Amino acid sequence: MTTVLSLRGATKRFGGLVAVNDLDFDVAEHEVLGLIGPNGSGKSTTLNLISGALRPTSGTISLRGSAISGLPAQDIARRGVARTFQLVRLLPSMNVLENVMAGAVFGHRRRWGHDAEAQAMRMLEKVGLERRAQAPVGQLTYIDTKRVELARTLAGEPKVLLLDEWLAGLNPTELEEGISLIRALRDEGRTIILVEHVMDAIRSLCDRCVVMSSGCKIAEGDTEAVLSDPEVIEAYLGTEDA
Amino acid sequence: MTRTEIQQVALAAALLAAAACLPFVSDAYLLSIGVTIAMYTVLATSWALFSGPTHYISLATAAFFGIGTYVTGMGIEHLPYWLLLPIAGLIGAVLAALVGIATLRLSGVYFVIFTLGLAELVRQIITWFQNISGQKGLYVLTAITEEHIYWQLVGLAALVFLTGWAIWRSRLGFAVRILGDDEEVARHAGINTARVKVLLFMVPGAVAAITGAILAPRYVYIEPSIAFTPMLSFQVVIMALLGGTGRLWGPIVGVIPFTFLWEAISGTFPNQTTLLLGLSFLVIVYLLPKGFVGLMQSARNRVNRREGFA
Ligand SMILES: Nc1ncnc2c1ncn2[C@@H]1O[C@H](COP(=O)(O)OP(=O)(O)OP(=O)(O)O)[C@@H](O)[C@H]1O
Ligand SMILES: [Mg+2]
Repeated sequence: MTTVLSLRGATKRFGGLVAVNDLDFDVAEHEVLGLIGPNGSGKSTTLNLISGALRPTSGTISLRGSAISGLPAQDIARRGVARTFQLVRLLPSMNVLENVMAGAVFGHRRRWGHDAEAQAMRMLEKVGLERRAQAPVGQLTYIDTKRVELARTLAGEPKVLLLDEWLAGLNPTELEEGISLIRALRDEGRTIILVEHVMDAIRSLCDRCVVMSSGCKIAEGDTEAVLSDPEVIEAYLGTEDA
Repeated sequence: MTRTEIQQVALAAALLAAAACLPFVSDAYLLSIGVTIAMYTVLATSWALFSGPTHYISLATAAFFGIGTYVTGMGIEHLPYWLLLPIAGLIGAVLAALVGIATLRLSGVYFVIFTLGLAELVRQIITWFQNISGQKGLYVLTAITEEHIYWQLVGLAALVFLTGWAIWRSRLGFAVRILGDDEEVARHAGINTARVKVLLFMVPGAVAAITGAILAPRYVYIEPSIAFTPMLSFQVVIMALLGGTGRLWGPIVGVIPFTFLWEAISGTFPNQTTLLLGLSFLVIVYLLPKGFVGLMQSARNRVNRREGFA
């Protein structure tokens, strides 16, 4: 198995708070890695470090052997890391198709004109939104905004996908659709880091999990083994219902 | 090109051609207003190309404009006139790029202050040079008439519209729209936002410098306080915002009424112009935050909605 992404000693301080503390883990090609942990444990911050939204205070992050830590977000995106945001971010002045084209035109694999439009349409079909291509994003339901954002990240053909609580806030039917959508991505052999709270989703989608608590990695391994680890259960129970 | 695009281009060409006929039918007074309108159309439209989508308010117009007038003022005796315009444009673009590289990483507030300071800085440098060399101002004596100036400005306006339209259709234009919506998304989509902003800022830099170079012969005698007047920068901002920056043709909708209004106001209260300019700025920002364009669009949306219910 080849390692696509690796973190070594990744650390992020916000003043006195260490949001991510000396984090090490690897993501193998075609792997879906769950990054889990209680609220405020540093999951989103970790994704921010990987995507370049934040610079690590120390440590290195490398993509297929070359360091990306410290690069600006646009360079990391061009090298093949794409992400969704915990709070969905769409481009409000554009329609659904244009939102997705943003990823196709400027992402890892760049296209333009009809080529970009066709790629964006293919991504919309993949997420089941091809019939809303011309809709303004303001008219979409919550799950559809999430689909648009996912299609945008897929459109640039990234090497690694970072999904920050993509399934959060969905009702039970939507959740089922969402899980099967991500399972389809997994079956295509994509490399994904999945930050998630929904246990069913983690169980059915993740090959392995890294568990964080207060910025530190407290467990790592096969999903079932990790979820039954007493320290992990303790971390979840100590803060809230898991 | 789609059909509507062809129609829009044809309409724009027809309007520009009609505008170019003004000198044949107007008296000297109307022509001088025509020159003012053409000048502000060029300045405000190019200003909005950058400031509209990026939301960076540039007050550097006077700096670029002043440099352009000095290019003509100093060069007219040594170089053919037609060469001075591209030289002014080049200097404006290069200066804009340098300013952009230095400041566009900063937040909007710093950018506003810096661009305002830039006009003052360049003005002081020129004043200082003139003190050393002992001359006060420059005489620009040419055979160029008001009509010539007007036609050059209309030509430049055509060029600005064409540039704006070409940018809008390009990858750069798409990048700018994304950036205008959400800079964080733009960066994560792989857009080098700093470069996009610098490239775009070069457009108003070049255009304002060329405009200054075209207008220099009209002043006959140029000195720093005329060439670099900060009022110019503020007026451009006000007119562009009054018209609206969401469309390429937005600013011109602000330029025309404001020019006439200003003509009346500054004639009646010549000593209170700065105060009145500030007041009109506040009124526009509070009452018409998206300009006439925004007003028209929301009116149209309301009509559409009503038809939708019927
Ligand atoms: N930009 C910031 N400045 C200061 N503190 C921050 C910043 N971003 C995050 N933090 C803090 O870092 C810690 C980790 O936050 P983070 O958002 O990474 O948690 P999380 O695991 O994603 O939580 P959740 O499950 O609620 O999304 C929190 O205490 C948070 O308040
Ligand atoms: Mg989070």
